Amino acid sequence: MSTPSSFQFLPNGSSLPWAGIPEFPAADLVQATAAELGRGARLCAWFGVPEPPGARLAAVIAFDADNTLAVARSAPFSGSYPSLTATHPQAHLFEREVWEQHGLQPEGHPWLKPVRRGTGQAPASGEFFRVDGREIHEVAVGPVHAGIIEPGHFRFQCNGEEVLHLEIALGYQHRGLEEALAGGPHPATLSQAEAIAGDTTIGHATCHAMILEALAGAEAPLRAQWLRALALELERLANHTGDLGALAGDVAFLPTAAACGKIRGDFLNLTALICGNRFGRGLVHPGGCRHDLEPARAAALLEKLRPALRDVEEAIAWLWDASSVRSRFEDTGTVFTEQAGAVGLVGVAGRASGLVRDVRFDHPAGWHRFAQIPVAVWPGGDVFARAKVRCLEIQRSGAYLEEQLAAPPEEGIRAGLEPAAPGTLAVALVEGWRGEICHAALTDGAGRFRRYKISDPSFHNWTGLALALRGQAISDFPLCNKSFNLSYCGFDL
Amino acid sequence: MSWTALIPPLLALGFAPLLPGIINRTKAKCAGRDGPPLRQAYFDLWKLLHKGAVYSPTASWVFRAGPVLGLAAVITALAVAPWGGFPALAGFRGDWVFLACLLGLRRFLAVLAALDTGSSCAGMGASRAIHFSALAEPALFLALAVVARKTGPYSLAEMFASLSPWHWVQSGSALALAAGALFIVCLADNSRLPVDDPDTQREPAMIHEAMVLDHGGPDLAFLFYGAALKLWVLGSVLVSLVFPVHPGPWWADALLALGGMLALAVVIGVVESVMARLRMLMVPQLLVGATALGVLALLLIAR
Repeated sequence: MSTPSSFQFLPNGSSLPWAGIPEFPAADLVQATAAELGRGARLCAWFGVPEPPGARLAAVIAFDADNTLAVARSAPFSGSYPSLTATHPQAHLFEREVWEQHGLQPEGHPWLKPVRRGTGQAPASGEFFRVDGREIHEVAVGPVHAGIIEPGHFRFQCNGEEVLHLEIALGYQHRGLEEALAGGPHPATLSQAEAIAGDTTIGHATCHAMILEALAGAEAPLRAQWLRALALELERLANHTGDLGALAGDVAFLPTAAACGKIRGDFLNLTALICGNRFGRGLVHPGGCRHDLEPARAAALLEKLRPALRDVEEAIAWLWDASSVRSRFEDTGTVFTEQAGAVGLVGVAGRASGLVRDVRFDHPAGWHRFAQIPVAVWPGGDVFARAKVRCLEIQRSGAYLEEQLAAPPEEGIRAGLEPAAPGTLAVALVEGWRGEICHAALTDGAGRFRRYKISDPSFHNWTGLALALRGQAISDFPLCNKSFNLSYCGFDL
Repeated sequence: MSWTALIPPLLALGFAPLLPGIINRTKAKCAGRDGPPLRQAYFDLWKLLHKGAVYSPTASWVFRAGPVLGLAAVITALAVAPWGGFPALAGFRGDWVFLACLLGLRRFLAVLAALDTGSSCAGMGASRAIHFSALAEPALFLALAVVARKTGPYSLAEMFASLSPWHWVQSGSALALAAGALFIVCLADNSRLPVDDPDTQREPAMIHEAMVLDHGGPDLAFLFYGAALKLWVLGSVLVSLVFPVHPGPWWADALLALGGMLALAVVIGVVESVMARLRMLMVPQLLVGATALGVLALLLIAR
């Protein structure tokens, strides 16, 4: 960094003694964070750590251009503090969450309501933003839907077919994961980490393993890092393929919808070839991987990968060739670059709005320090751009896999881990297929988790969906929703 | 009235549920799947008829009456619908307006029942259904007026019975335009692509599906059966126009017309397999386009 910062820098996947992290009064922490965000940093996590008389605030920010993360914390306090959201909307859900979990009230937060839990009531039972007027009607969709999808409540303020405002209320799948992880690692901790969002098993498990490795001051063997990178790209391939098929399905374009459903299964089967589970459960383990990919199976994987990549290329080509599909995708659900930056979009949705952010490139850890993937960016911000970014990532992940499978590092897949260091904060970022996954863990005096904070990319991106719907036809909501394809359970934790 | 007038309604009542089966099978084949059995719609109807219905405490008798009266309306329409040159059970001068009214009545009842639930999605579906059918109706009238003007009689069955391949030789362009308009009306009024997506499970994007979301059991069976019959009625108008071949013996006429209906179902299935659904805001343009085709056909024939 060229300019001095009040934050403490650390690279992705590393740890710091908690006591050494700069401490400010809450108001000063907000001010310092606002200053860093103002000069190009991005909020990765903002959470509370319980400590009498109330809690401390901790901020994890990322300087993408400088390839570094930075952390700072507040002194313990209770009551209220000046809201960061007032100047930086990307903090709005984080501050609501802190208020819900620790009772710290952000003064000046424009829309303070629970994130996941009502006060002993159903999550959606809070106040919703309402637009007044004789012509305005309110449409409530969910949490029980006509199809079999995850539960979420969507409240639209409409003028005819046009959506003026959408408010999204989630929390129906809140399982208490962060609370369950505290005091760990328990025997069930790894399984819980894998289940944070079931479709991002590799992403979350890798992030969790990186945390434990950072706390132990160790690193997984190179071959394990290589295998994790392969599995991460396979997860991306399967999910992006499924998403493109589902996007085709939402505009009732049968050929791609049918083909991609099948090809997604082909990619899932490749993950199963590595570890015996189609979603990669049980592959990643703190300190390495539980399964190796011997040359024979690597060759078999490559042999099956090539036709699947060819098939998906063809199925996607049908999508671009159909003018009826393009007319649905283009200029639908646009999120402008400024908006995307302001609300802190990450991953596919961010890159489709022209934001160049990809943890694999900006904050390389593990195997990505040695072999990188070009960042796929498309400037439009509409459904077409989000489909296009997925298509580009499929091509690049495919090429990456073909390249990496040919050059495996030396043997050695698993190393023993020392117990976690006491009183230490570890931060790990992984670019899951949806976007940036951030785990931050703080250990107590005995090296157990005192606080384990999870930020799924969906937590950043749901606001993007709400923005995408402004001025859109409500009939295009399913299409916009699918183009983000965010996780409900990853958000609800 | 000859006894053969009974044949078209009976065939319609028996074979109408086959049409959705054929459409779905065609779509499945195009997607590389085997698809559900052709008789799936019959199985579904049988299953639904043996279920109980759940009624919301806020719904009134209007909600219960909608499906029954709607089915009655479309069965009545069978009495005047043209089919393969057969005489109609109750044809009369100007009965094509009556046909359109019956189909409109069915829609009206479905919309009332949907609004009666008070569900916002059903209300949206109802408003879209009314909006689009109001735009589709002129196209239907214009297409029928073209046939009436060409053939002479003003009763549906008679005018289509007197239509012959010779008329296609004489003024093929006008009839083709009318057939195009009718095809679009047939797709739009039967909730098919590119206007509506019968397979969607997303409430905000639904038209017809949203209106039937709250119905269950026998009521839903009546709605499904009514929808299949409506597809049969509008389809038979289109098939009678495009394929006006009546060899003479009643069984030959019936077989040819039946073949025409099956072919129409396959064509609808192929259309649904190769294109995406239109943006909702673009649907009026398609329907106004159909009306324009009808106007053009009438101009050509009135020259």
